[in-house]
Amino acid sequence: MKLFSHGGGCGDSCCLRVQNLSVCIGGDNILKDVNLHVHCGEMVALIGPNGAGKSTFLKAILGQREYDGIIAFSAPGERSRKPRIGYVPQSPAFDPSDPISVADLFACCQSRRPAFLGLSKAARKDILETLDMVHGADLIDKRVGTLSGGELQRVLLALALEPMPNILILDEPLSGVDVEGMQSLMDMLDEIRKTCDLSILMTTHDFSMLPRYADQVVLIDHGIKIKGSPETVLNSEEFRTAFHMKGGKA
Amino acid sequence: MSLWYFICELFPLEMLRWDFMKNALLAILLMAPLFGLLSTMIVTGRMSFFSDALGHSAFTGIAIGAICGIAAPIWAAVIFSVVFALLFSYVRGRSDQAADTLIGVFSSTAVALGIFAATMGGGSFTKYNKYLIGDILSITPGEIGLLALTLLAVIVFWVLCANRLTLTAIHPQLAASRGIPVKTSQTLFTVAIAVVVTLSISSVGLLILNSLLVLPAASARNVARNLKQYHLLSVLFALAAGIAGLTLSYYLGASAGAAISLILAILFTATFSMRKIRG
Repeated sequence: MKLFSHGGGCGDSCCLRVQNLSVCIGGDNILKDVNLHVHCGEMVALIGPNGAGKSTFLKAILGQREYDGIIAFSAPGERSRKPRIGYVPQSPAFDPSDPISVADLFACCQSRRPAFLGLSKAARKDILETLDMVHGADLIDKRVGTLSGGELQRVLLALALEPMPNILILDEPLSGVDVEGMQSLMDMLDEIRKTCDLSILMTTHDFSMLPRYADQVVLIDHGIKIKGSPETVLNSEEFRTAFHMKGGKA
Repeated sequence: MSLWYFICELFPLEMLRWDFMKNALLAILLMAPLFGLLSTMIVTGRMSFFSDALGHSAFTGIAIGAICGIAAPIWAAVIFSVVFALLFSYVRGRSDQAADTLIGVFSSTAVALGIFAATMGGGSFTKYNKYLIGDILSITPGEIGLLALTLLAVIVFWVLCANRLTLTAIHPQLAASRGIPVKTSQTLFTVAIAVVVTLSISSVGLLILNSLLVLPAASARNVARNLKQYHLLSVLFALAAGIAGLTLSYYLGASAGAAISLILAILFTATFSMRKIRG
């Protein structure tokens, strides 16, 4: 397996620092006063009900949404550097009728040579190596619209890891993936973040995987309601209120 | 043109005895790759209806240009279409209405404005029919030159921008995360279609233009497995339909534009029945 380090070598220092972040769309406060620190090599899960502002938060970090406050990719006092963000979008957006193979998708993202001219042998070899990181080399000639949920997530993950980013952001990576696929995807992410000291920020509605894999869970509902270890958050009153649970534990 | 006429005379075909047929054939050979390429992105970006609306806006620009007494109303039409495209991009970026609804709004307005301008003061609409139906058999060497330049510009644009345009069309969020300026790319492509459609409309007409901008790629998508096959088949289908349609129209005495459009429709039907082969 080909693995890279993101080159941070930064121990517990901040990889992502969000301070007093607010997002207002059409007069509505979608997010208010969000403060969050993500350390290098940490896996952080964002949870919250539908419409709570999780995707808006990710879009603000990706620079796709205007915001007030600070989003920096360094510790306080350090000069913020321009980060390389690996992004795995929510998967169902590919049209099954698009004649675009996995190799085409990589070429469009990474190559200057027009993808419609076909791939050079060297480019194909590089793509195969990257796909091999996620055990997906056999997917190279498949059309992206025909991949299963798990296969598509693996392809998008491989795409986000080449070149190796400073932070990896995944929007609902577990939706549309079967239980076996979820386990395999989370194992893969866990291995990559440990080996490469890579910070991972992901949104999810699946809480069963969190105790085993997440370092920090953040409950968002137009602002941060509670954050901490998976056990702390999943057993909190805030969690039960946000998901309309009466008594008992998650 | 004399070199092209000389090449045509090497083929012992009756229809190539006529200069207007030689001109029309050359126009087809230029139009096929031009529209075959553009149609791949138009269909992938779900802009088929938009290219149709642009054709109507070009017609409106021509009518307004004629009223204003501009000597070459086609350039007035280019300006009108570009403004139309930019305005549409601006509204689409700021509205939560579906794109097809907004296209309907813009298209209806453009057509109404065109007919209003053309018929104002009791003017006749008949002289604008050539823009709607078109007549490739009356294409002039000057118009062929313009088509050749347009093709060259589109090829350069394609080589430089095809990857980012494709990514923007299939997944704007993924494109943005890879540093592609999504809105700028979408606007640039929209303006490029506006210019090409408008420059072509006076020589080939709206009917054939819209067929060539949608059907080659729609047929290619039925059987293509990747982008290379998609582009190659789209251009080949446009070329085959163009040549076959022109030949058929000559021997049957029918409209060339309509014949080409019908053959493209047959190609779509044939590939539709073969679509399972792409897997």
